[in-house]
Amino acid sequence: MEVFLASIVSVAFHGVALGMILYVISVGLSVTMGMMGFANLAHGVFALAGGYVLTTAISRFGMPFPVALALAFVLVAAGSVVIERLLYSRLYNASDLEQVLFTIGLIFIAVAVARFIYGTLQQPVHLPGYLKGQFALLGRDFPTYRVFIIVFGAITVSLLWFGIERTRWGAMVRAAVDNRAMAQSVGINTKRLFTLTFALGSGLAGLGGGLGADIIAIQPTYPFENLVYFLVVVAVGGLGSLRGPFVAALVIGIADTSCKYWLPQFGAFPIYVATIAILLWRPAGLFGRHA
Amino acid sequence: MSAHAGGYNADPRLRWVEGLPWVVALAAFFLMPEYLSLGARILIYILYALSLDLIVGYAGIITLGHSAYFGLGAYVAGILAAKVGVGDPLLQLVVAAAAGAVLGVTTGAIILRTRALTLLMLTLAITSVLLEIANKATTLTGGADGLSGVVVSPVLGMFKFDLFGKTAYLYCLAVLLLGWWLVRKLIYSPFGTALTGVRENSLRMHAIGAPVYWRLVLVYTMSATLAGVAGGLLTQTNQFVGLNVLSFESAGELLVMLILGGVGRLYGAFIGPVVYLVAQDMLAKQFPEYWYFGIGTMLVLVVMFARGGILGIVDGILAKLRRKP
Amino acid sequence: MNAVPAVLETRSLCKSFGALTVAADINFRLEAGARHALIGPNGAGKTTFVNMLTGVLAPSSGQIVLGGADVTRVSQAARVKRGLGRTFQINALFRRLSVLDNVALAVAERLGIALHVLRSASAHAEVRDESMELLGTLGLAGEASQHILDLPYGKQRLVEIAIALGLKPKVLLLDEPAAGVPSMESGRILQVLDTLPKDIAILIIEHDMDLVFRFAQRITVLVQGEVLVEGRPEEIAHDRRVHQVYLGEQRHV
Repeated sequence: MEVFLASIVSVAFHGVALGMILYVISVGLSVTMGMMGFANLAHGVFALAGGYVLTTAISRFGMPFPVALALAFVLVAAGSVVIERLLYSRLYNASDLEQVLFTIGLIFIAVAVARFIYGTLQQPVHLPGYLKGQFALLGRDFPTYRVFIIVFGAITVSLLWFGIERTRWGAMVRAAVDNRAMAQSVGINTKRLFTLTFALGSGLAGLGGGLGADIIAIQPTYPFENLVYFLVVVAVGGLGSLRGPFVAALVIGIADTSCKYWLPQFGAFPIYVATIAILLWRPAGLFGRHA
Repeated sequence: MSAHAGGYNADPRLRWVEGLPWVVALAAFFLMPEYLSLGARILIYILYALSLDLIVGYAGIITLGHSAYFGLGAYVAGILAAKVGVGDPLLQLVVAAAAGAVLGVTTGAIILRTRALTLLMLTLAITSVLLEIANKATTLTGGADGLSGVVVSPVLGMFKFDLFGKTAYLYCLAVLLLGWWLVRKLIYSPFGTALTGVRENSLRMHAIGAPVYWRLVLVYTMSATLAGVAGGLLTQTNQFVGLNVLSFESAGELLVMLILGGVGRLYGAFIGPVVYLVAQDMLAKQFPEYWYFGIGTMLVLVVMFARGGILGIVDGILAKLRRKP
Repeated sequence: MNAVPAVLETRSLCKSFGALTVAADINFRLEAGARHALIGPNGAGKTTFVNMLTGVLAPSSGQIVLGGADVTRVSQAARVKRGLGRTFQINALFRRLSVLDNVALAVAERLGIALHVLRSASAHAEVRDESMELLGTLGLAGEASQHILDLPYGKQRLVEIAIALGLKPKVLLLDEPAAGVPSMESGRILQVLDTLPKDIAILIIEHDMDLVFRFAQRITVLVQGEVLVEGRPEEIAHDRRVHQVYLGEQRHV
């Protein structure tokens, strides 16, 4: 019984950590898709970029971990502004098919560039000593880095929610997600709002990619291999929603970890079947608005 | 060769240019015997791309999971040959087609109730489910090692699959001819025209009394059937099935081929696979980084500047030439 | 009172989204061959009402009767089969198709050949001939082979109506047929409406009051989801309540 309890606690713990990562990466996708109606399949590219920034900053330039993590956010956010202005913004009015193809094209390019610079091998993550080892809590030991992910993720999520609910920028974002034309007509500069929101969403993806580099391996095919997960989080959570993807990410994180622990012979099968079932039951996602 | 679309004023008769692909295919058979295995692969992908064009180009359904039906056809043919002992290629194809149809109608009935991102997500999820099954059901599929030991009897009991791939090439060509004829017939029919109506404005199709959902399920099933046949052909010519037939990358690649050739134009599904697979054969192995970079750049450029693909560009040039006396 | 049979009728039709009521107890009768207008200020619930009639939206309660049969729970397609046609306030055309095909799609649906695959579409001469004839009556025969988006907007509005006529409806709902058309051209729309077969019952939703008063024999005024008043045009024109809520803002500005 004690063994079983221990494994439940451990699975839940690792699952929550994975869920946090998935949420930090995917939340930007939910907001940009909800606001701009843009089918951005290349979102994972920003997470991958964040992962590379973090690992490179630490192993090549010997930067401290917190600096490297901040850099993952800042550099990816800044880079995404350039890409958004140059490319994405031209396709806001294009058809879904064109957006899908364009973003698949971006994934191909990113995979090629990543291979060219870093090769096909997974990037090792050198964690600082204070994040290694175990952390004792309530008589149990937890891996310190997972604890850090959960705490750090919770803080990020709180800041984000506070920003969206309480600030002027957040009000504009909510208005634009709700009704783009209306927001425009009341004088919100939607173009600048899109760019800023896109940058924040991409920056968060970069942060999540860096933060999760130890859990979701940083290697060139990352944007392809994890695309399903990011999309599942957004589709199950509900487009344009902030809280929906959070719940979905935690559920998927825990479910995925449990499947790998208890039912390894089924792989990710149960996750996909559950996703299909949920979307059949609620096509707009758990927290999505029904048309 | 321009865009082929149905319509109540469209001339469905064959134009002479439409003979070109078949002449080229036969010429390649005689002139380039050392490339017949690549040739057969191209023919198979043309059939596969035609099946995709039917739903993406004509009915306007965006999917990232078409490899589910292709892969199922490939595995069904492979399992029949390697595990059940059914060697007859035509029988294998029929069963692969039926499997594609059954999966198409069941999954289509589910996913076509949804739209946009949810639909895209579901197509991915369904393919992922199949991939997981193929990966884990090792006794049937060989798992990650692939399914080998595929034995195919002579076609019609007469034509043995030879080492040089001559039979395989002509056999694929014959099946493609049949598939092309069916697809062409379909897009020029009232049903095909009604599909373009759904693509152009599904709201209005509802308002003129069309059961849109059932129409989409029907065309999705037809497309899945053709994809199943294409998958079966791949197994028969390779005498091997690998997990990659079911992968998201394979579905993505197929979409790239179709876009490259031109969507909703019928012959875009011919041009795309030829250009893509020949280029892949020449470049991909030596320069994988550049290859992916090139594909990605091409996709971005096509979306930005040449939404009709290669055929769209050709049409544009022809139109310009005609305008100038 | 009810000497002329109703071809379309609603009984206590209600619709609310959460706390917001957009249709409250609407009892409405459209008689055979009627020329009926539905007017009301923006947000009165006119489009919601049309969407319930056509089956796009399900009512919260109440009944819709089409040709004597209760169709409240019947699909959009089945209502079309029973003779309900509609046009859209914002053009709902088949954008990349020809003018002919825009109309022919509707004709083919009515004739039940839209699932045929054996012969080509162009071999179905009956569909093409009927579509051409229809376009001819609207003065669009010369544009039949053009792309729909190449037509000037006014003519696109006519095709919008032609698609619905291709269904040979018994009841035709026209959702602001003159929307976006310059007033000098809206006369053409009215002209076309005047030539429609007399046995079609027409319900028009329109903001252009000139058009409404020239076309309609009966007018229903909808305000905040409720029927304010219904009557002949001259009654409506002199009704003080209507002046207050609606005509006032239109005519006295």
